[in-house]
Amino acid sequence: MSVVKIPTVLRPQVGGNKEVEVAGGSVGEVVDALTTQFPSLRAQLLTDEGGLNRFVNVYVNGQDVRYLDGLATTVGDRDEVRLLPAMAGGDGSGR
Amino acid sequence: MPKTYADLLREARSQIREVTPADVDALPAGGATVIDVREDSEWDQGHLPGAVHISKSYVEQQIEGAVPDRDAPVVLYCAGGVRSLFAAQTLEQLGYTNVASMSGGFQAWKSAGLPWDKPVNLTSEQKQRYSRHLLIPEVGAEGQAKLLASKALFIGAGGLGSPAALYLAAAGVGTIGIVDFDVVDLSNLQRQILHTNDRVGERKVESAKKTINALNPDVNVITHEEMLLADNVDRIITGYDVIIDGTDTFETRYLLNDAAVAKNIPVIHASVFRFEGQLTTFIPFEGPCYRCLYPTPPPPELAPGCSVAGVLGVVPGIMGMLQANEALKVLLGIGDTLAGRLLLFDALDSTFTELKLRRDPNCPVCSTEAVAARAEGRPLPIPVFAGTAAGTAASEPFVLGGQA
Repeated sequence: MSVVKIPTVLRPQVGGNKEVEVAGGSVGEVVDALTTQFPSLRAQLLTDEGGLNRFVNVYVNGQDVRYLDGLATTVGDRDEVRLLPAMAGGDGSGR
Repeated sequence: MPKTYADLLREARSQIREVTPADVDALPAGGATVIDVREDSEWDQGHLPGAVHISKSYVEQQIEGAVPDRDAPVVLYCAGGVRSLFAAQTLEQLGYTNVASMSGGFQAWKSAGLPWDKPVNLTSEQKQRYSRHLLIPEVGAEGQAKLLASKALFIGAGGLGSPAALYLAAAGVGTIGIVDFDVVDLSNLQRQILHTNDRVGERKVESAKKTINALNPDVNVITHEEMLLADNVDRIITGYDVIIDGTDTFETRYLLNDAAVAKNIPVIHASVFRFEGQLTTFIPFEGPCYRCLYPTPPPPELAPGCSVAGVLGVVPGIMGMLQANEALKVLLGIGDTLAGRLLLFDALDSTFTELKLRRDPNCPVCSTEAVAARAEGRPLPIPVFAGTAAGTAASEPFVLGGQA
């Protein structure tokens, strides 16, 4: 099982959890397992064609999978997978 | 029998190896630590490039800090080559094994037509104000002079910009520009510590200027009371050495990124969300740019701003201070910046996590191909992202809502 770190903005889709343990030997399998368990995540993580959305970066042990093997990147037992969408703020003045 | 000055000098000459100014000039970079043992007032008139200043009366106390390795090569000089001989004897007594004195001193150096630096003369008030910086070898008077001559631009005088601007002002960054078109709102004061209760309704740039100048009148504050737009971004950022990004919209951030890469200006980026912060330093062509990190903006529901989602006040405070730290390193040219690294902060866990970032070889803004295309006056097309936070706004004629 690998640990998927969930950013605050996606936590409502995973029952408020900060991290979720899922099985899977690759990033694709981990994302599949995650979106099967939490279907509302699918639209946010994946494009209609099943690729990773460009506004969500996925890191395995701190490395961006775009520069590894993308969805085919190997995920080992106890590896840390981190989902990280861009954040808007800055810290606007609340207009 | 008591010795005369002439006896002591003869002894010193026989004991200490002397080198000529030409020998010292021919040393490879880092070939020896060159130490100026004259008094402060003499040093202030000019010194050898790269020399360390330890006046003769402090040699015993300060040499171990300056040269910890007793076998490292050291060359001492003074004005005429006498005081440095006696100081070299002191170093030998302390166990330094490779000490030389430059014959003829600084006068002979100048007479030989060799280059020398005139140090920056800080005023006595500046020496006192920045004394804790002057004590740090990595900053010192030269670093302080660099800061005083530096120009930092803040995009937003908000939650991130407040602590960063205060600390850069305190540090003596000589010019601070602030882009903000908003007025102080009561809801800002939970975190935007540049502003005060009695300034609610006042223009933020003016409020920021008052606070900064109350802290340090050395700082020249330039106010840009306008939105950052496609048609003014080049004019606004030109001439600044570093930009502190506290924008709160993606369109402003991409706009700033693209302009800063084209002008080769580092951008210290941070963003915050409730208890979390992200921070990195974009140094054009050294590390990735914002488009390499996030090629497309998220849909609005995935990236609500602080005004919708809220933020713990200290989070922009902490991230803003880390931005100030990055900016100081960029300006001083010291340490390792976060270029190529994304630092995440989680205030609830009190944890920092570091992620590795890479340049996108196909980046439409900072790739080799993009740079070449810009140079030829035909910049690469940048995709417009329909249905996203930035795409929606970008379809309107550059009415950007962003500032911090």
